[in-house]
Amino acid sequence: MFDIQKIRADFPILKREVNGKPLVYFDNAATSQTPQVVIDAIVNYYSHYNSNIHRGVHTLSQEATDAYEVARKKVQAHFNAKHDYEIILTAGTTHAINIVATGFTQFVNRGDEIIVSALEHHSNIVPWQMLCERTGAELKVIPMNEEGSLEMDVYETLVSPKTKLVFVNHVSNALGTVNPIEFIIKKARAVGAAILIDGAQATPHMKPDVQALDVDFYVASAHKLCGPTGVGVLYGKEEWLNKLPPYQGGGDMIDQVTFEKTTYAGLPFKFEAGTPNICGGIAFGVALDYMNSIGFENIATYEKELLDYATKALKEIEGLRIYGEADEKTAVISFNVGTIHPYDIGTIVDKLGIAVRTGHHCAQPIMNFYKIPGTVRASFAFYNTKDEIDIFVAAVKRAVMMLS
Amino acid sequence: MSIKEIQEEIVSEFEMFDDWMQRYEYMIDLGKDLPLIDEKYKTDKNIIKGCQSKVWVHAELEGDQLNFTADSDAIITKGIIAILIRTFSGQHPSAIIDADTNFIDQIGLKEHLSPTRANGLVSMIKQLKMYAVAYQTQLN
Repeated sequence: MFDIQKIRADFPILKREVNGKPLVYFDNAATSQTPQVVIDAIVNYYSHYNSNIHRGVHTLSQEATDAYEVARKKVQAHFNAKHDYEIILTAGTTHAINIVATGFTQFVNRGDEIIVSALEHHSNIVPWQMLCERTGAELKVIPMNEEGSLEMDVYETLVSPKTKLVFVNHVSNALGTVNPIEFIIKKARAVGAAILIDGAQATPHMKPDVQALDVDFYVASAHKLCGPTGVGVLYGKEEWLNKLPPYQGGGDMIDQVTFEKTTYAGLPFKFEAGTPNICGGIAFGVALDYMNSIGFENIATYEKELLDYATKALKEIEGLRIYGEADEKTAVISFNVGTIHPYDIGTIVDKLGIAVRTGHHCAQPIMNFYKIPGTVRASFAFYNTKDEIDIFVAAVKRAVMMLS
Repeated sequence: MSIKEIQEEIVSEFEMFDDWMQRYEYMIDLGKDLPLIDEKYKTDKNIIKGCQSKVWVHAELEGDQLNFTADSDAIITKGIIAILIRTFSGQHPSAIIDADTNFIDQIGLKEHLSPTRANGLVSMIKQLKMYAVAYQTQLN
């Protein structure tokens, strides 16, 4: 049963005030808030068993190692990976993408092609541009249309035996569009290309099954899933992770070291050089437990209700235009009102206690497509309410009055 | 009037208002009086980096006084730059270089002073002072 008041009570930050008003937090696509159980896990770690992992014989180190590896198994179960060693714990989505993009240098040659989508975050464009610069491969872009969806018919013409890797986000951060990744994966599979899906914006709203998707790599960040910042996940199929070279050299990723030659540790440690974010990894596991206890179906149903409610209410504001109106979208509304700069609206609603994102959302190509400097982006989570949406809509109206 | 006197004048104007809304509305009004930059200077070269909204600034020396014109695509940003320019325009470059800008805090716009703030007030101040430094060198 979905009890919103009980859920809200789990998040201490939701009780605070901003500029003398109760906080309305609608910047969930940037980072989610943290429930008490996750905060407790962090405090508990540093209070009781903080120590380095995978190397000590002492009790604390054993306890921390066990807890960290339990967390890995939780991530494995959540994404339904076949093996726990296919789960690489990273510093975040960007780190995870860079492990793959850098590792692919040796699999890509001049004349090869990498496909990305027009709906990408900057962090998803730059590593591939760098890969192309290193290798002489060419970057191809799946275009988007006015409603914010990717043009699949164009994608079909782009995929060819030259395609070495297809990279698409599961959900667009700027618009909330859910991309048809099943179709994208199927087509890439048919030409033997590898597939990397960025789930940073999808995972807060749905539970991907990496085996059912038959994806080679899937990446996500803990901090958008009620977990801490500085932790992410790289899922990779065993065969790919074995083929990819290590990304960073350091402790924990080695088997034997002599000055003549070093042999690398097996999976997953080959990609986990140095002391990891131990506490963060453990807390990530707790965050996944928390979200699963609420249930992703419940989350999706409730968030859809919020999205529909907010969309309807916002559309009643004269001159308001929503960007991204794909049939399949997550609880994200990107909009502008008339010619008012998104920054102006963001500043005024902040004074009214509301947190939204303004700007280009690190997705300038999308803003260029619509020929706008940016948008106001309200993104909802399962702990938001319709009452908060009412407060937000009233605040936007007030801002529009002040700014017109 | 000296920069300090103008700043005091602005502070007393803002003291008339009890709440942030009136202060913002006044700031928006001040933005409407901003000496607008000539379109020919509205180039990428004259955009102040570090602002979420676009801010163009142009400086011109008249005798030994520096005059600024500017524009922004966001109204609040336009108000902020208007306040800054009101204090700096018509002043000697050396006075601009030495000026402190703590009055921003006193008029209740402290939140805009954070270096991470997207509007880049800090960048604006830095840019205006850099113009002053450049023209000061020219005067020497």
